[in-house]
Amino acid sequence: MSKKQVYIYKSFERFWHWMQAILIFFLAFTGFEIHDTYTFFGYRDAVRYHNVAAYMLIALIVFAIFWHLTTGEYKQYIPTFKNIRAQLDYYIFGIFRNAPHPTKKTVLSKLNPLQKFTYFGLKILVIPVSVTSGLLYMFYRYPSKQGVEAINIESLEFIAIFHTIAAILLVIFIVTHLYLITTGESVTSNLRAMLTGFEELEDANNSTENIAEKNLSTKNLE
Amino acid sequence: MKKVILIVAFLGLLAIIAVGTLSQKESEPTTLMKLKEKYSKKEKPSVDHSKFAALQQKFNSPQEVTKACESCHNMTAHQVMNSNHWNWEREEYVEGRGIIYLGKGNAINNFCIGTQGNEGSCAKCHIGLGMDEKRTVFTDSTNIDCLVCHDNSETYAKANEKGGAPDMSLDFNKIAQSVGKPRRSNCGVCHFYGGGGNNVKHGDLEMTQFEPTKEIDIHMATDGMNLTCVECHTTEQHNLSGKVYSLSSMSRNRNTCEDCHTATPHKDDILNEHTIKVACQTCHIPTYAKGNATKMYWDWSTAGKLKNGEPYVEEDSMGNHAYMSIKGSFVWKKNVKPDYIWFNGTASHYLEGDKIQDTSKSLVLNKLHGSYADDESKITPVKIHVAKQPYDPINRILIQPKLYADKKGEGAFWKDFNWEKAAEVGMKDAGLPFSGKVSFIKTEMYWPVNHMVASKENTVQCKECHTRENSRLAGLKDFYMPGRDYSKIVDIGGMWILILTILGIFTHAVIRFLSYRKLKNEVSK
Repeated sequence: MSKKQVYIYKSFERFWHWMQAILIFFLAFTGFEIHDTYTFFGYRDAVRYHNVAAYMLIALIVFAIFWHLTTGEYKQYIPTFKNIRAQLDYYIFGIFRNAPHPTKKTVLSKLNPLQKFTYFGLKILVIPVSVTSGLLYMFYRYPSKQGVEAINIESLEFIAIFHTIAAILLVIFIVTHLYLITTGESVTSNLRAMLTGFEELEDANNSTENIAEKNLSTKNLE
Repeated sequence: MKKVILIVAFLGLLAIIAVGTLSQKESEPTTLMKLKEKYSKKEKPSVDHSKFAALQQKFNSPQEVTKACESCHNMTAHQVMNSNHWNWEREEYVEGRGIIYLGKGNAINNFCIGTQGNEGSCAKCHIGLGMDEKRTVFTDSTNIDCLVCHDNSETYAKANEKGGAPDMSLDFNKIAQSVGKPRRSNCGVCHFYGGGGNNVKHGDLEMTQFEPTKEIDIHMATDGMNLTCVECHTTEQHNLSGKVYSLSSMSRNRNTCEDCHTATPHKDDILNEHTIKVACQTCHIPTYAKGNATKMYWDWSTAGKLKNGEPYVEEDSMGNHAYMSIKGSFVWKKNVKPDYIWFNGTASHYLEGDKIQDTSKSLVLNKLHGSYADDESKITPVKIHVAKQPYDPINRILIQPKLYADKKGEGAFWKDFNWEKAAEVGMKDAGLPFSGKVSFIKTEMYWPVNHMVASKENTVQCKECHTRENSRLAGLKDFYMPGRDYSKIVDIGGMWILILTILGIFTHAVIRFLSYRKLKNEVSK
């Protein structure tokens, strides 16, 4: 099988990814300061920066949703049980024996089955919980100011604890993510791909299994 | 190219969000600037009292001065006589009690306990002349003491233990011709010394406020706005706005910061949102008793010790009374951080004769109501004054002892030092039963802290409350506060999952590294 430099991550996708990475890191950093886990910016600035970054992330998410829907890229994230066992086996055993990756990475199927599950969970559960609880946190109990009577909730506790849980899950995700990106063809190949957009992959044209899905190709949409 | 434009546009949008949110909206001129302008114009009096013929006659008594005042101010007496300064009581509706008349006449306080039977001494702070134990002066308008509030010569003074009458050697003509709007000294002479000495009661009202600096009080500072008491405590028909909850129950006629500064005075929205649940005073009065110490604890149970048959006084390191035979032992504190409570502007009081429900606990003499769940409540700073005072363990009521008399043998504690006798006489004067037994009970009084506002640079900072350790609001546990509160399960659970994740990654990486080396060796072989 021949290998070829493939343009796998489009520029918006890379921009979205890194912007999101910066914002989530910054939100976690300021957020845990507000949680009084440590002191860095000072409480007042931490709150102000956290709120600004939150609005930025929301704007970014709106753009990303639009991009995913219009390009059909959202389909990458639909979870599947196919090969999930093989992928787990790979991380637990195969990787130590230098076994090949059980799933092929292609433009049309960038994510392995475990990634699909994890990213789907993030998109459908963790990020929505984080954003919703975050917005409630900001607008909580200030109906007289914001004019939204319906969110006059009795206690902040519930909101705050959900927000914290989501934050902890995101931190754990980031830590794991940072490690797992080193398990590509080489330690840095995944990182390089996300920076440049190009990754050396098996030539998709030689592989027959994906050709049937040609109608998904983003090229057709452009 | 298209992509570049899109990215630039997106970055532009983010920048707009950031600038829009972080920049502080300026709305010129600010409320504060308008207030400064308004109060820096000091009002000039429209009349010169020294020119009035009615005040040229020779005055031999304060009553003659009052008559002269009333000869022009002929509608004023009934205003004064309807004021709580004169009546020493207010009409209040209290849940469970109905309409009551609450005031110095029937409330018990944590200091000299009560006025009944002690008028000769206590009435030094009544705006009348010569109150006696039957309070007969209440009906005679010539006994209104105009001068105690309106003297601008700074020479008028009430005499000790004369029922509120002044020293008769004063130059009444000079004083009468000086009259004008009350100054800080007119109000302070009573309100700074309540409880028998400077700053005994309030903690935030004391003699440094006659001529305070900005460090003491940003409003009254002589090097600042130099406000007098009555510029905030405005008067309508001789009734002043504002009152203190040692002697009032209803949320009305309150003098609030918002009256001048509006409910949302900050440039920062997040600070403005705080005002829904946090009183201005909470952040803007970081400490009280800044100039001189205030009394925090008064233990009546140790009173009555004599040296060689004579009462004596001991002082603490700051020069305040630590022990007085007539009053017991005291604890004083300076630069005190307030306690904080939820307060909605209503209070209920222990009144003379009320049965004490639980004598094993501290009895709160003026319970201030409020809770997080109550929309009207705000976090409010208070001085909590604790005392040990006499009560009748059989009838389970607080004792109103006879404290003051001008001579021995009348049963007054300050002359005879006998609790049983003082209690018997005092309770008889008050018309209350007495079993003959005197015991002591811990009592508390809550004093909202409203004065000694700090400059904005010296306000309480976020972190003083929003912190896990030593939060100023550590005592208010009925709500979740960011920074202070957290779920132990979530935090500890989250930390362990994170630790296990990192350990897992580390183990995985080590095995990966070792197996990679092994494989490489095998290949090279």
